Amino acid sequence: MTFYGYRRPDGRVGVRNRVLILPASVCASDTTRIIAQQVEGSVTFNNQQGCSQVGPDQQLTMDVMAGYAANPNIYGTVVVSLGCENCQMDLVTAAIRERTNKPLEQVIIQEAGGTLKAVEKAVRYAKQMVAEASLLQKEEFPISELIVGTECGGSDPTSGLAANPAIGAMSDLLVAAGGTSILSETSEFIGAEHILARRAANQEVHDRIYEITSRFEKHFHGVGEDVRAGNPSPGNKAGGITTLEEKSLGCIHKGGHSPVNAVYDYGKQVESKQGLVIMDTPGNDPASVAAMVAGGAQVVVFSSGRGSPVGSPIVPVVKITGNKLTFATMEDNIDFCAAPLIYGEKTVEELGSDLLDMVVETACGKQTKAEALGFVETAIARVCNYV
Amino acid sequence: MNAMIIDAKDNVAVAIEPIAAGDAVTYLLQGKPVSLTAAEDITIYHKLATRDIQAGEPVVKYGEHIGAATAFIPAGAHVHVHNVESVKEDRRSKE
Repeated sequence: MTFYGYRRPDGRVGVRNRVLILPASVCASDTTRIIAQQVEGSVTFNNQQGCSQVGPDQQLTMDVMAGYAANPNIYGTVVVSLGCENCQMDLVTAAIRERTNKPLEQVIIQEAGGTLKAVEKAVRYAKQMVAEASLLQKEEFPISELIVGTECGGSDPTSGLAANPAIGAMSDLLVAAGGTSILSETSEFIGAEHILARRAANQEVHDRIYEITSRFEKHFHGVGEDVRAGNPSPGNKAGGITTLEEKSLGCIHKGGHSPVNAVYDYGKQVESKQGLVIMDTPGNDPASVAAMVAGGAQVVVFSSGRGSPVGSPIVPVVKITGNKLTFATMEDNIDFCAAPLIYGEKTVEELGSDLLDMVVETACGKQTKAEALGFVETAIARVCNYV
Repeated sequence: MNAMIIDAKDNVAVAIEPIAAGDAVTYLLQGKPVSLTAAEDITIYHKLATRDIQAGEPVVKYGEHIGAATAFIPAGAHVHVHNVESVKEDRRSKE
């Protein structure tokens, strides 16, 4: 199978062609909103971090910022910083340059002379970049160039029965075609880590799977808390999920049955043609999606039994549910219904193939429901993490 | 068919339609229909015990432990947060 995408100067292939207005900290985030509103074809998000952070915490923010700019769906980036924040402009641009040679401009609000002057400067950079981006023609690429992030949120028992197995079947087909699938949400491996470890491609990956799950649990013990206090959520329980272990056993179906080839830290760069890999992310959906997008995923497939609207400023997010009632009530938010698997109307192989078709159509440009609604939620993991 | 089980080792089934107390619950076990009577109302996609589960006994879904019963759960009863608790286990030994 093939798709039509955009070739980038760093060799990667994008499925969208957007200009990113990147806020280096919370203090630049309202400014980037104003800039992006002036330039059709540009995107931004609300960065709630970027300042007053300890080193390892700041590194998570830096990795997401650099990864967002390097994501191949982005033509080029205008970084906007306030000027005095911890994520200094030279650090942010250096982190971006470590990952990519794509177009990059910068505006420092305090140096530009305040909001209006900074906005004008950034709008002019962004308009120029969007004009250059619009000249780019799509080319045909094999789906081995695709990196698909997989996520589940607002889960209920149908996620483990239908939606996640369908994602897993899609993932297996993508991996067989030479592509890359990212399984995320470490907190939702707890209770199922032995099943993933059995599929580890080597001893190092095997040991890393146990290490990231036990580190997650220990982290909460360190502040006197249990990860189970916040996960499963009230909505998960109302839907019928009883324990974190039950949720995890449903969650990991998104990884299908392929061997696990690698474990990546939060937001680190994933190259194409890696097969199935894990990224160490929290269960919080926007924070997990952000990490996979920072890793280079061009498309995210996201299951939700309860019905989730979450999108991304950088990538199309394909929503799938296994709950026939949720599909009926929230069809405005959900792209794909996997309920026929529960009722014996379709096999998991058929649904996986249908879902891969939808992923490829989406890569070729078909708008997802989250894109049509303009959803761009972003959260970034903290050292004291989400559950 | 108004319920399903995922793995032959499971001691809970999932309601795939709303089930009322006294209804026949039917699911397929290795291709053959099995029936029992619902002891109480079961919300769609919630779990019910397919056999008596003793207090302290593991609750099994996906062929794996999802927790332990905190009270005796009779066959046909709703299985959820009121009678199951999470139990941290050494997963390495189960590989």
